[in-house]
Amino acid sequence: MPIHIKRRWTQGLSALAVNAYIPTLIRGKIYQGKIKGVCVPVLNCYSCPSALGACPIGSIQNFMATLKFNLSLPQYQLGLYVIGSLGLVGSLLGRFPCGWLCPFGFIQDLFHKIPSPKLSIPKFLNWGKYIVLALMVFALPLFLLDEYGMGKTWFCAWICPAGTLEAGIPLVILNPGLRSQIGFMFFWKVGVLLFFLAWMIFSYRPFCRTTCPLGAILGLFNRASLFRLVVDEEKCKTCDACSKDCPVQIKVHESPNSPECIRCLKCVEACPRGAVAYDFPFFNRPSRKKFRGAAIASSTDEERRPA
Amino acid sequence: MKRRAWAVVLFAVSAALVLVGLTQGEFGSVFEKAVTVCLSCIGIG
Repeated sequence: MPIHIKRRWTQGLSALAVNAYIPTLIRGKIYQGKIKGVCVPVLNCYSCPSALGACPIGSIQNFMATLKFNLSLPQYQLGLYVIGSLGLVGSLLGRFPCGWLCPFGFIQDLFHKIPSPKLSIPKFLNWGKYIVLALMVFALPLFLLDEYGMGKTWFCAWICPAGTLEAGIPLVILNPGLRSQIGFMFFWKVGVLLFFLAWMIFSYRPFCRTTCPLGAILGLFNRASLFRLVVDEEKCKTCDACSKDCPVQIKVHESPNSPECIRCLKCVEACPRGAVAYDFPFFNRPSRKKFRGAAIASSTDEERRPA
Repeated sequence: MKRRAWAVVLFAVSAALVLVGLTQGEFGSVFEKAVTVCLSCIGIG
């Protein structure tokens, strides 16, 4: 089965798996089972009625927002469980969950299938997600506090379109009690969602590339994770076929493990010489003889030097 | 090999962070937030 078909199936199954509890979806309530405390490595709102796990970005914001208050108790909850959970996934897979597992990424992929003129995204906008991460996930919840020393979850409140799509709209439709409370913030968030839905028709994964704080965190692991892309120096003729097919506009043969890479593996399929491959211990690992760059191929010239 | 060693070190540090977080009761805190409707997530409040 071609990689892109495998990926589409995996994305669909993952979206169902992390939102598998259907009874609460029908009742307009949210799932409250024991496993809800497990952080999923994807952007999936924990207020989605059928969500089985916790959103790591929402959880980090909650820890930051309550940090000062907790320390006054004193209760030393710094969010290490959530950050460590992301570290476990990141060190193994890097940004692979963005490309293969994230339900909101899957939605963006599907919207991009709608026929339309396709537009690239200026590179400087890639920095947006780091600003969102630093400001709205850490700084504002941590430092902008009310009189009780409690902060707010700024990213969830003002930006997260996944929360609006997966939780806000379904709950407001299904739950009359919530419907009566909607106001400016709800319509603001619907506006943000519509903005990204429109953008994702014309550009590939605009939210992941410019705004998603989870993508920013997992992307930091791309250069060090066990799962990585490798480029065979002997086979690569720098024909740019990989880069032309790369949906996130990476120069794959120069920077195969860029933080922007969502591991969709289109480059692996696109290379006419089989020079691009993925490397993961015990799983389709290219041999050292075949892929001279396997142990060292990465984003810098030094790392790309043949062994 | 160096890159693989880095990944293993990161994995070990992350596992240690998870364990420290768990001993501080952070799993329970995440659970409590996750089983309550997040009003800011859905655009209310």
